[in-house]
Amino acid sequence: MSDFLDQFLPSTVGGLVFGSIYALVALGYTMVYGVLRLINFAHSEIFMIGTFASLVVVTAVAPDVPLTGIALVGVLLLMMLVSGAVSGGAAVLLELVAYRPLRRKGATRLTALISAIGASLFLQELFALVVIPAITGNPGRNQQSIPRVAARDVLFQIGNADVRLDQVIVVVAAVIMMVALDRVVNRTRIGRGIRATAQDPEAAVLMGVSIDNIVRTTFLLGGAMAGIAGALYLMEFENTVFNIGFVLGIKAFTAAVLGGIGNLRGALLGGVALGLIENWGAIFLGSEWKDVIAFTVLVVVLMFRPTGILGESLQKARA
Amino acid sequence: MKGDAVTGTTNPLRRVGALADGLRDWWEHAKTWQRYLVYLAAIGLSLVLPAPWIGSFMSPGADWTTVLIYPIGTYILLAVGLNVVVGQAGLLDLGFVAFFAIGGYSVAYYGTHYGWNYWATVAFGIILAAVSGVILGAPTLRLRGDYLAIVTLGFGEIVRITANNTDEIGGARGIANIPHPPPVFGTKFLLDPAPYYYLIVAAIVLVIIFSVRLQKSRVGRAWAAIREDEDAAELMGVPTFKFKLLAFAIGAMIGGLAGGIYAGKAVFIEPNTFPFILSATILAAVVLGGSGNLPGVILGAFVIGWLPERFREVEWLKEALGRDPAEYRILLFGGVLVLMMALRPEGLLPSRRRKAELHEGTGGMGTLGAEVPGPDTDVATSEAAK
Repeated sequence: MSDFLDQFLPSTVGGLVFGSIYALVALGYTMVYGVLRLINFAHSEIFMIGTFASLVVVTAVAPDVPLTGIALVGVLLLMMLVSGAVSGGAAVLLELVAYRPLRRKGATRLTALISAIGASLFLQELFALVVIPAITGNPGRNQQSIPRVAARDVLFQIGNADVRLDQVIVVVAAVIMMVALDRVVNRTRIGRGIRATAQDPEAAVLMGVSIDNIVRTTFLLGGAMAGIAGALYLMEFENTVFNIGFVLGIKAFTAAVLGGIGNLRGALLGGVALGLIENWGAIFLGSEWKDVIAFTVLVVVLMFRPTGILGESLQKARA
Repeated sequence: MKGDAVTGTTNPLRRVGALADGLRDWWEHAKTWQRYLVYLAAIGLSLVLPAPWIGSFMSPGADWTTVLIYPIGTYILLAVGLNVVVGQAGLLDLGFVAFFAIGGYSVAYYGTHYGWNYWATVAFGIILAAVSGVILGAPTLRLRGDYLAIVTLGFGEIVRITANNTDEIGGARGIANIPHPPPVFGTKFLLDPAPYYYLIVAAIVLVIIFSVRLQKSRVGRAWAAIREDEDAAELMGVPTFKFKLLAFAIGAMIGGLAGGIYAGKAVFIEPNTFPFILSATILAAVVLGGSGNLPGVILGAFVIGWLPERFREVEWLKEALGRDPAEYRILLFGGVLVLMMALRPEGLLPSRRRKAELHEGTGGMGTLGAEVPGPDTDVATSEAAK
């Protein structure tokens, strides 16, 4: 038990960092689900693409030492911008190729899900076989590393836990992005269109909302969030691999379900909760069981509360 | 079929479908002796299939009989099992490889640690797989469609990671020196692949008979009803939960059987023998061939198992691509899945009923949606996915 107390605070810090990244990726699942009632299985690959977009940026800018101050802010913003744009674009393309033809034909959701699995495998292998060797020169199935971007300075301590600069960056950036997205969805015209479509697509069409535009925007916003998550992930963990999206995607989906799928604030809550549960559980069981803990959480949540923590507001606050 | 005639025969996939339709019409009206002739021909074909002169064309780069066992035979066995779950009962299972793993590990563990007889370990593996199917199904089968898919995917990963982290069953090192099956009728199971091939053919034939009998029984009709409209089935008095659980357990048993046979041949298994991609591959086989239709499913599994092996050693392809063409296997699966869903979601040889369901659009697989079961699920929004 003293073990647990010793490791509790450091684990909490680590859990918050992981949780922020899960939450950012979960936003994409939850938005697409809100509008299309579809689990965008290939969203995890959008995240993967984001990590590689950032990898290209880091390699191009090539900071030879860990950065601080203005240089660090500049490089990080560039990473997030490029990753967000690339991932957002990839998500729009994905929708165009894998989902739009099905939507046109009035296909069922099972069809869309299988199409999504296909797109997911295709993107992974495309990166492993073609894209990664082209941009890094290394075999595509190897883990790819980047030099340290943000210095690992300890900013302050909470109890026995060091809080480092990079960890603060991840959490703060994630929270800013989530607040921004929340604003967009709740305050802007396009956000109103998204909410209207989520609530009742037929009525939305009758009121002059262009479904195609709304769906495209939804994928763009969700994809951009996944891309930014990819940039933060790469900065924090300094490596990526072609199939990095697989486990992370399931966990982000778990986070979305945990918070209440279709609910933006639920994604934040679910992401942080999952990050914490996973890290606390790992103290008892060892970190090799982390994934098992996450999957078990998924099963348990779906069993007992399929609408998630913020489930009551599924209809009202559906983004 | 009317739709096919109108939209034209320009789409080659549709022409395959038209041919299949013609064949099926003939089959439906075929006399008993004609049917038995076809059965005999199929069995005869499977007996001579490992012949070297066929192999030299079918698999120039590898030993044809070995290719017939794995991947082709194993894929077919697994696909027939997954077809019970996905094709017949309409439950999307993305963790099917877990049952394959449980069957394989049972044979490996009880064969090496306790020296059980091979057949006993296989039987035990099948039971263990069925039990885990029930354990997974009991809490999760209330979920539908995409949710069920994700949970089963999670289960598949849990099994793999657990095997990886448990030293008792070899951890990441796996289990080696798995005993071969004991001799049957004087045929020894050693290095020669032929006996294993006939073993797997026997298993496939048994499983096909079992599956067809089930499909034609009351159970099969209940599954079809659940697949078409679960709520309606429940209202009509079908105990849907019970039948879904049964479908899961039977699928799991067939997966376990495949795992047992595989382990007996392979002699060595490790957690990475059972990756998620195998679940996706088998699902691709089922969907590609024609979910719900056994000949289609078998065709799909054969194609998916065979093609990568066939093109592995094709020199000009190798030079054009700069690497082993088989490496593009998964890339192609992915692309084919997306294309199939856009062009012909019912598969190459669809089951008639399933095809009608899919063409109906709203009905059929509509119940496979991801509605959160709750008082506020409304129909208008749940149809938005179309």
